[in-house]
Amino acid sequence: MANRALDGVGGFLDDRFRGAKSFRTLFKKIFPDHWTFLLGEIALYCFIILLLTGTFLTFFFQPSMTDVIYHGSYTHLDGIRMSEAYASTLNISFDVRGGLLMRQIHHWAADLFMAAIFAHMLRIFFTGAYRKPREVNWLIGIVLLTLGMLEGLFGYSLPDDLLSGAGLRILEGVMQSIPIVGTYLAFFLFGGAFPGHLIIPRLYILHVLLIPGLILALITAHLFIMFHQKHTQMPGKGRTDKNVVGAPLYPYFMAKTGAFFFFTFAALALASTFAQINPVWLYGPYTPVAMSAGSQPDFYMGMLEGALRVMVPWEWNVAGHTFSFNVFLPALLPLGIIFTAAALWPFIEQWITGDKREHHVNDRPRNAPTRTALGMAVITFYGVLWLEGANDIIADHLNIALYTTTRIAQVSMFVAPVLAYIITKRICLGLQRKDLHLLEHGVETGIIRQMPSGEFIEITRPVSEEEQAKLAFPARPPGLPAPDSADENGIPAPGTRGAIGKVRARLNTILTESVELPGSNGHTNGHGADGHGADGHGADGSGQAQDEPEHAAVPAGGVPDGSQEIAPGAGQADSGSSGDDAPDQ
Amino acid sequence: MSETNGHGELPDETPDETPAGPHRVIGTPPPAEARTLLGGREPDGDRPAPRELPADPADLRKAKVAERLVAACFIVAMLAGIGFIAAYIGLEVHSVDAVLRSNLALGTSLSVAFLGLAFGATIWVRHLMPEVEITEARKPLASPAEDRAAFAETFTEGADASQFAKRPLLRRTLIAATLPIAVAPIVLLRDMGPLPGTSLRHTVWRKGLRLVEDVSNTPIRPADFSSPGGMITVIPEGYQDDDDALAKAATIIIKFAPGELQHPTVLNWTVDGIVAYSKICTHVGCPVSLYEQTTHHILCPCHQSTFNAPKGAQVIFGPAARPLPQLPITTDAEGYLVAQSDFHEPVGPSFWERG
Repeated sequence: MANRALDGVGGFLDDRFRGAKSFRTLFKKIFPDHWTFLLGEIALYCFIILLLTGTFLTFFFQPSMTDVIYHGSYTHLDGIRMSEAYASTLNISFDVRGGLLMRQIHHWAADLFMAAIFAHMLRIFFTGAYRKPREVNWLIGIVLLTLGMLEGLFGYSLPDDLLSGAGLRILEGVMQSIPIVGTYLAFFLFGGAFPGHLIIPRLYILHVLLIPGLILALITAHLFIMFHQKHTQMPGKGRTDKNVVGAPLYPYFMAKTGAFFFFTFAALALASTFAQINPVWLYGPYTPVAMSAGSQPDFYMGMLEGALRVMVPWEWNVAGHTFSFNVFLPALLPLGIIFTAAALWPFIEQWITGDKREHHVNDRPRNAPTRTALGMAVITFYGVLWLEGANDIIADHLNIALYTTTRIAQVSMFVAPVLAYIITKRICLGLQRKDLHLLEHGVETGIIRQMPSGEFIEITRPVSEEEQAKLAFPARPPGLPAPDSADENGIPAPGTRGAIGKVRARLNTILTESVELPGSNGHTNGHGADGHGADGHGADGSGQAQDEPEHAAVPAGGVPDGSQEIAPGAGQADSGSSGDDAPDQ
Repeated sequence: MSETNGHGELPDETPDETPAGPHRVIGTPPPAEARTLLGGREPDGDRPAPRELPADPADLRKAKVAERLVAACFIVAMLAGIGFIAAYIGLEVHSVDAVLRSNLALGTSLSVAFLGLAFGATIWVRHLMPEVEITEARKPLASPAEDRAAFAETFTEGADASQFAKRPLLRRTLIAATLPIAVAPIVLLRDMGPLPGTSLRHTVWRKGLRLVEDVSNTPIRPADFSSPGGMITVIPEGYQDDDDALAKAATIIIKFAPGELQHPTVLNWTVDGIVAYSKICTHVGCPVSLYEQTTHHILCPCHQSTFNAPKGAQVIFGPAARPLPQLPITTDAEGYLVAQSDFHEPVGPSFWERG
């Protein structure tokens, strides 16, 4: 029956499009598995849900700033002057069945969309998945994040309520502060002085057509590139830069990702049912005369809000012109620097390390301590400003003086990232040493044995092949030639000359600081097999070690021959104390 | 055919190739030996390729339990879906309580429906589909050198044939022709709005225009203040429905005890200890809505710029760089507060031409 359907439909399509071969390849495409790979999928599904719910909302929303007197179901605002946009939002909430649910799912989905993008990009950064050949997709991701922020800002401004109107007022103030062109930009966007009657319809068309169109196009490119280059994978047994290990698209990944779409939708529906978001009817219609305390934008704009709050009142008047450093610097600089640095980072890292190879196996964050530390420093900087964006709420809840919170932020935005860098780097190096210890000495079992000589040793179990492959993978970048080093003809290697070469070498030392794990520097991760007769030894021991089912080969790297001689006598693999090449003993 | 399908095997009816093996009547299943996994076809058609995916999970008894669980999840999802439609039909809206009821019913049923599908599908994948781990080789992403060379050749040939490289006159005039067209869309945006002109320097306040209380729109007499106290938002009379005017003209008045007002507040612009400042923050334009009576601090709720009310609304904390402009006020013949003139400097956020 099913086969006949396949003959019929498949035959019909294939007669016309010749797709059997390509669809077979598609179906057999391998998708590696790791929970962090789902973060990007959450963003994708949020986008789909945003399109679905957003379309529903456009059936009822009136993007108009024409004044109306409200006489609808929400009696608290009866007789109040408001824009048609606000009135139709009340109408969606109170007079359209399912309207409030769709509005809330739309808003929650926007927040989750942005949160998922942030988390996804952090995952990409910390695992080094942006490295060659995926730099272009990383750049697309940064553009998508920026578009997402704009899309969200424009979207939550549409209801024209008091809170979002204040957001537009701030947007206008920020635009005006930009030197030379700012006033013109603001007047052109708003169609005159704030608020005018054009901003809502203009934001509407940007929000429902232009930006979603761009996002859709870029997501398509993003996915096609990802598809073409194949997914990265986390380190593990049998995983190399030359293969991809996982389950095929059909039926496994299809079913998993389908389930995940349903989970995402369910989570959003649950949030929208039980956690109210953006109750615009409580804020009231926009008026330029009033503003309530405790006004925060959606979370993804919070960092910009905090940057505005933390800034000192610095303004210059030069020759009849005003430089509002207090506004345009915090609005443009912090996020501008972060996004620009993020965009350039893959290329900066390539230049510093000289690593032009393709990477398909991700780094565990600890195995790139400097990169991880830099990432944490940026997160901390962002986080301080983000918290400062809610400093009035924090001051209120924690009973701290309002100005103190700002002063703390002013100091910690510079100090905390440095601390985060140092602490993270130490933690990473410590975790690497722990991994090294595991590889060299195995897992402690808690069993103490007495040797014939009377010596006590603790039994350790060698790490399994799976774990070993995971722990020992780091493919370290090739070393740079020394600065000003010359070949036999006296010609210095490119990129090593002069001051820039020295800077590069110095940066290289910092960036590649890492604990040497066995298997690094070009060794494959198959080193477990070439150990000092370890296999045979494992077989010897198994008969005597009933309490150690996993007793197997000892990873070769850390076990000197001396311990091999002792161990069989004890019936055990590794003394755990005789590794004379272990750096931490 | 259905029994082979029951083992998850796919037929090899790939119509883009001529059938291998012996001829057969159209519509009948091919001989079993000719079938291979996922439609792949052995060139000689004599032996099926080994399966890449096992047909069944390792533990069939567990699979049976899982199957029932999945079916239960799907039934729950179906019932919840029906519940959603029932809630839509059965529950009216049009009041806050009704909307909350409807939202609860619709949202819960929708959540349960999706959760049922999600859990069902997840259990299905994890416990019914046999576990596989397949290693696929990556092909190098870069093209082989000969392909690149061939492309470069094709490209150069095309460029030569187009004469683009050889005829600089054509090349330059083509670029010259496209430049104005490329700029045109930007020019088209010119009419998005008027030029600012001096509009940011003025508000609707003028000599003799009454200050009326916001919302109630009633004029104010100095005698209405029994004692120094809170902050009152006032707007120019007759402009209560004009947001463009209010966005610049919104003003606050505060009454002080005699002697409290100090320089740089302009005392000639006050009436009976009543001083009027622009309500539009000089930082980015939020209305400064908070006032602390004990300290006489005016606070902007958006970014916490704080202004010292008795001392010319000077900035004492926060990112605002300038004091709130003071509106000169007096009383008219009937004793109501009126403006003496417009503000003497631009209100609200800074802008490039402000100076």
